[in-house]
Amino acid sequence: MSAPAAPSLLPLLAVLVSLAAVPLILLSSRSPRLRETWTLAAAAAKFGLVLALLPGALRGRIAVFDLFEIVPGVRLELRADPLGVLFALVASGLWILTSLYSIGYTRGLNEHKQTRYFAFFAVCLSATVGIAFAANLVTFILFYEILTIATYPLVIHKETPEAVSAGRKYLAFTLSAGVLLIAAAAWSFLLVGDLDFKPGGIFSGAALAGKTAVPLFLLFLGGVGVKSAVMPLHSWLPTAMVAPTPVSALLHAVAVVKAGVFGLVRVVAFVFGPDLLRRFHLDTVLIVFAVTTILVGSLLALRQDNLKRRLAYSTVSHLSYIILGTALLSGPALIGALLHLAFHATMKITLFFCAGAIYVRLHRENVSELNGIGKAMPWTMAAFTLGSLGLCGVPPLNGFLSKWFLGSAAVGTGRPLLAGVLILSGLLNAAYLLPIVQRSFFRRGSGLEGRREASPWMVVPLVLTAVLTLVLGLFPGTFHRLAGRVAAGIFGG
Amino acid sequence: MIPTNAPALAPLIFLFAALIIPLAAFKVRRLAWVLAIAAAAAAAAVSVWNIFRVLESGTFHYRFGGWPPPLGIEYVLDPLSAFITAVINLTALVVLVHSHLTVAAELPERKHVPYYALVMLMMSGFNGIVLTGDFFNLYVFLEIASLALYGLIAVGDRKSPVAAFRYLVIGMVGGGFYLLGVGFLYINSGSLNMADLKAILPAVGAGPEIIVALCFMVLGFGIKMALFPLHGWLPDAYTYAPTATSSLMAPIGTKIGAYGLLRVLFFVFGVNFVTRTVPLAQVVSWLAAAGILYGSIMAMAQDELKRMLAFSSIAQVGYIGLGIGLANSLGLLGAVLHVLNHGLMKACLFLVAGNFRLRLGHSRIRALDSGARRRMPWTSAAFTLAALSMIGLPPTVGFFSKWYLALGTIRNRSWVFLAVILASSLLNAVYFFRVIERLYLRPALRDNEGREAEGRTEAAPSMLLPTLVLAASLIVIGLLNAVIVNGLLVRFLPPGLEIVFP
Repeated sequence: MSAPAAPSLLPLLAVLVSLAAVPLILLSSRSPRLRETWTLAAAAAKFGLVLALLPGALRGRIAVFDLFEIVPGVRLELRADPLGVLFALVASGLWILTSLYSIGYTRGLNEHKQTRYFAFFAVCLSATVGIAFAANLVTFILFYEILTIATYPLVIHKETPEAVSAGRKYLAFTLSAGVLLIAAAAWSFLLVGDLDFKPGGIFSGAALAGKTAVPLFLLFLGGVGVKSAVMPLHSWLPTAMVAPTPVSALLHAVAVVKAGVFGLVRVVAFVFGPDLLRRFHLDTVLIVFAVTTILVGSLLALRQDNLKRRLAYSTVSHLSYIILGTALLSGPALIGALLHLAFHATMKITLFFCAGAIYVRLHRENVSELNGIGKAMPWTMAAFTLGSLGLCGVPPLNGFLSKWFLGSAAVGTGRPLLAGVLILSGLLNAAYLLPIVQRSFFRRGSGLEGRREASPWMVVPLVLTAVLTLVLGLFPGTFHRLAGRVAAGIFGG
Repeated sequence: MIPTNAPALAPLIFLFAALIIPLAAFKVRRLAWVLAIAAAAAAAAVSVWNIFRVLESGTFHYRFGGWPPPLGIEYVLDPLSAFITAVINLTALVVLVHSHLTVAAELPERKHVPYYALVMLMMSGFNGIVLTGDFFNLYVFLEIASLALYGLIAVGDRKSPVAAFRYLVIGMVGGGFYLLGVGFLYINSGSLNMADLKAILPAVGAGPEIIVALCFMVLGFGIKMALFPLHGWLPDAYTYAPTATSSLMAPIGTKIGAYGLLRVLFFVFGVNFVTRTVPLAQVVSWLAAAGILYGSIMAMAQDELKRMLAFSSIAQVGYIGLGIGLANSLGLLGAVLHVLNHGLMKACLFLVAGNFRLRLGHSRIRALDSGARRRMPWTSAAFTLAALSMIGLPPTVGFFSKWYLALGTIRNRSWVFLAVILASSLLNAVYFFRVIERLYLRPALRDNEGREAEGRTEAAPSMLLPTLVLAASLIVIGLLNAVIVNGLLVRFLPPGLEIVFP
């Protein structure tokens, strides 16, 4: 099923609006308020532009903007298909809240080099929406690599030796992935002479031999697997937690890592196509990686005392839920995966926001130091509780829904064991998240006299994201319909 | 009159400038730079105009003195030579604008006039090499360019005469090999004209003399382009030469050797001869791959920025060599596009090194810190952009070179070479981020009273502007690469290697 395409400037504007904010942010480096205004304005405008694309995507009219030929045979083209709109919606929507939160965070800690921070944050969001709307592999790679580089200054923001070495590790992993992706795209171009993403796969018409398809898929997997933190390519993510918390919250729980997973969905469903993957049992390969990552990631999370690292391992594990849903190669499973892509974002960003609020207010980073803080910071910890329960899959929070879809699709495709994996992982989630809640509310803490909530700039966004987990759990309609459109385009019906 | 003489115009402009500069600037030394800029601008304008003429009405042949080709000397302006001359003349123009202050700072005043005269002579040689259709005439220009270059290197700092002598010896050997090769060809075919030889060679067959001739010529060009392991002259020459010389030599000099290699292999001997009869193309590609790794690894170990860039040049020339050695259309496109791309990147980087030297008094990597960046924010930004391009990140030009070369290796199913290209971009990241990290993250040194050095001392406009123009071109040319490739480069591809993109 190919949807009718409508030429439109909106996708381009959605990508560029945050890039246009960069010079403004740089020029107003001496006036923090003006700088923050530009960021918020850009975030609001970006979200508005993506929202404007939503009705078209839901009705099946795809907005397309064709720029020019970037390399012979491939055009630089943006295409706001349902999958892209879903991802862009999540990233740009949460950017507004993250920007508010960033203002509270940077002021609360009196951070240095805030101009650089806000400028590169804006570049990252441009790249992310570019990834979402990329119509072909070359356009995708262009934005994917920009995202890699634009995140680096945010990872090393603190400029401590630890941050610098985390930045090196981050670059080593992501740049290696980038070159693999380039090789994979070049190879695909020589095979079929066309790199435009198509529901059902670019390769669906080409009869690829196994000795081509398998190594090519592994190249792609290496390319997108780093950002989606598939084990054993995940280790940059916990290290990158040295970045300021808003960066960890939006980029390392939403934009960057989800760009990786999003890329994987593109590769699986829009480059290779389900039939080709089944023929060479590549779906099984993907499932093995995903299951391993889900379980090992959860187990490693149990062992972390540093709160952000614990959340990072939790992210590693949850990203593979999405990969698992993609690898099952069925409509309901893909819907579950895409819902989890959106819903995990709201839950995990809540938890990171909470971790940042605690750090700004109490300068505590370790789980073992969190006893009794629920009394000092009730709103923060209430939001944390809601996010944690969502990740465990408790109804009616949105985490339950996506897990339900994933689990039932696993049973539906004849792999009930995988549903067991999801249940086991849910229990592990509870085991590494709920003790934090229990400590904060039911244990007696010390050194908390006279401590209050962090500034409203931080508390309001984190309460909003927590409420969002509940609201999306009760009213998942829009995301469900978007995901349903994507799945229908690939698997029919 | 000018249109019909256009192919000969660019080398002649430089040649006359080389003669006029010592006379005209005899009294007013400042005139030397002005005249050099004027000549470079004229030559650049002519060569850009030539591109459009070639696109419009195909290849031009120009007979010197009206003598018909096999006997007389013929100049050929085809898409390839039009492209290469435009690249080298435009680059030279930008670098010459920048050179004004560095030459003034690095050379004693009495050497300024001869210096610019030699630059003109060298450029005349380079243009002649690219445009001539005659092997012996090519040798003459090769020697003109090399002799001028020896002088240009030798006027550098204390160690430069040794570097120049080394280049003199090795370069002469290279020129000698080339001349011997031409001699062998002439004895066996009776012709020195490239087009003529192309027609005669199939009839002559692949006798041992012809094979030796080919090997000697490849060896000669290999030395001139610093193809590993014939690169020995390069690091010292680039490091110790004056800034202006190294920023002219690095983007232009080695490319001329690569161009000669391309001409000999594919336009005279032909694809079949150099891949099947005598598999020299494969040899070139393996040497180039080794050079890519060697240059990148050595670059990591350098403390002097110019020396790091020199080793990086060995690696980058390896890209070009690899593209040539792949002997398929995509590889050749990648190689020729990389002549332009690397020219822009390396010129930009050497200008940055020059800016550092003039303002900070050094370009030692270990002494760079965020203080240097705060003093020279724009120069540092240009460095960062060029470094990202060297690593090969889109949308800079480096990415597109990598794209075509990757396509070329995959087309040949040469997985080792693909791995080398990909690994090289990571090695580039290692040695360029080593500098970037220092420039942006290393706390500035404080003086005795605990204060940082204050204030901006950014390079003067005449230096900053060329640097920034080159940096900006990395993105502009990157985005426009499809226009260049589709519009011009696909037309140069030699017979047997045509390509049609889907």
